[in-house]
Amino acid sequence: MMILGITLPVLPLLVGLPLLAAIAVLLISSHRWRTSISTVIAGLQLLIVILAIQTTEASYHYTLGGWGAPLGIGLAADGLSLALLLITAVLVLMISLYSAWYFSDSSKATRFWPIWWLLVAGLNTAFIAADAFNIYVALEMIGLSAVALVALAGTRMALVAALRYALAGLLGSLCYLLGVALLYRAYGTLDLAQLSAQMQADPLSWAALSLISVGLLLKTALLPLHFWLPPAHASAPAPVSAALSALVVKASFFLLVRFWLEVFDPAVTVTAANFLGVLGAIAIFYGCIGACRAQRLKLLVAYSTVAQLGYLFLLFPLAFTNSSLEMFGDAAVAAVTYFIIAHALAKAAMFLAAGNILVSCGHDEINNLNGLARHQPLALFTFAIAGVSLIGLPPSGGFIAKWLLLNVAIDSGQWWWVIVVLAGGLLTAIYIARVLNVAFSQMDSLNISEEMTVTRSRTIGMAACGLTLAILTILLGFNAEWILVLLNGSSPITDAGVVR
Amino acid sequence: MTQDLLYSITGIVLFGIGLFGVIAAAHIIRKLIALNTMGIGVFMVLLAAARHGVVTDPVPHAMVLTGIVVAVAGTALCLWLALQLQLLDSPVPEEPP
Repeated sequence: MMILGITLPVLPLLVGLPLLAAIAVLLISSHRWRTSISTVIAGLQLLIVILAIQTTEASYHYTLGGWGAPLGIGLAADGLSLALLLITAVLVLMISLYSAWYFSDSSKATRFWPIWWLLVAGLNTAFIAADAFNIYVALEMIGLSAVALVALAGTRMALVAALRYALAGLLGSLCYLLGVALLYRAYGTLDLAQLSAQMQADPLSWAALSLISVGLLLKTALLPLHFWLPPAHASAPAPVSAALSALVVKASFFLLVRFWLEVFDPAVTVTAANFLGVLGAIAIFYGCIGACRAQRLKLLVAYSTVAQLGYLFLLFPLAFTNSSLEMFGDAAVAAVTYFIIAHALAKAAMFLAAGNILVSCGHDEINNLNGLARHQPLALFTFAIAGVSLIGLPPSGGFIAKWLLLNVAIDSGQWWWVIVVLAGGLLTAIYIARVLNVAFSQMDSLNISEEMTVTRSRTIGMAACGLTLAILTILLGFNAEWILVLLNGSSPITDAGVVR
Repeated sequence: MTQDLLYSITGIVLFGIGLFGVIAAAHIIRKLIALNTMGIGVFMVLLAAARHGVVTDPVPHAMVLTGIVVAVAGTALCLWLALQLQLLDSPVPEEPP
């Protein structure tokens, strides 16, 4: 990318900047400087991604140190990567601002900032890695730092959840690594493009695909491998929950899409794709029922993530209609990318709002939140808008995402997924309405713990971050085109038009 | 049976034993040992892949080295979490000066 005549190495910068930030915040002891540096670097990262999208370059490729593919490590970004890098950069900026207030009077800040930037570096690496082993390193960076961030809450519940998350994460990584080892044995390369060119539908490829998929599914928490998600996402500090639900699970899903659609596509069968779709459909219902039964607000939001992740897996049966990607692959990927972005914005907004409620009320038991509408109007408003997007009501990003999904389902003649999508929306409405119902009843009787001494400006700053994300969710519903253009312009798997 | 095939199969068997251990064992230390056994199984498969061709391939060796570093870090993190939990349940009595 050229800016003012200087060639900017976009991809290495996206990995290097967060790592630099991690070291900087580790060395600096002043809280003000730490948050300023984090905000500046988060802003810079967003700027780089926006500039990278604005330039006419269709896709990016970078060979680190000038070493070519079989031996060296490559970085590559296409439209799908850029879309995910953009949503990551936006959320990292907003969550960093929120954390500046959230951790402002706590000793946890010293540990939060370096681990947070390591997590960001891992996410960026996962989105642009062009090499199966580099992806493993990115997965471990994400997994280990996410576990450490969950444990930061310090409660017994959080430590148990973190330990369970760590074991599930390591198990997933090892399955993935064995898959990579089999791939290397069969094809003698780790570069995704070279693997894709040589891929054959033989038993060794199926074994590698199964192991890689199980590893990534464990990290994406698709039912029945979701057991670690609700406790981990519910007991982490609020900004961490937001990042985990909005970004971390999406990274492993993105890699799953890469492997299924771009690397292993000759080896994937319609049955396998439908199997993932069915698991996704069950996850939608299971997650919604879990959310309806949850006693705590953050647990409700965490179960909602299990359900929303289920929608993403409808990609596979829709894309592999008639076992070929040519007909509906592009449209399905576009719909699901849109869904990922809409869900990331809405779910981050929701967790940030839940964090606000938790900080200002001292608890988040849903049945004791009567009168919240008067006490925390801004946080509740954010929660409601995010809820509108999760349900999929117009005019929100969630509506467009579901509409695109329904379109592909009808076009490809798989009407049964339409029922799943609509029923999921209905169930989502039930648990969102449940929270709003309590919040608007008995306005004068809110239970607030006595020891809560939070300054007013701090909660307003935190609420503003959540609200910004919620407003972005709505704006996304008004301006849908650019994401589709971004995907359409540069993805190596798309040639035909997405927008009809 | 060639040597590298024997090593690969041994590695996969180790992976299976470890996987069983992670799922079946109740104690956290047992689970961690099982996870490390799985890791060693994967490393065996990688090392066998290095001898698959005519000349020894250095790339899997680099992967195993990275894998060992990650395994150490992951195990340490899990042990720290387990230790914190243990301390929450039964704090260590302070030693007299």
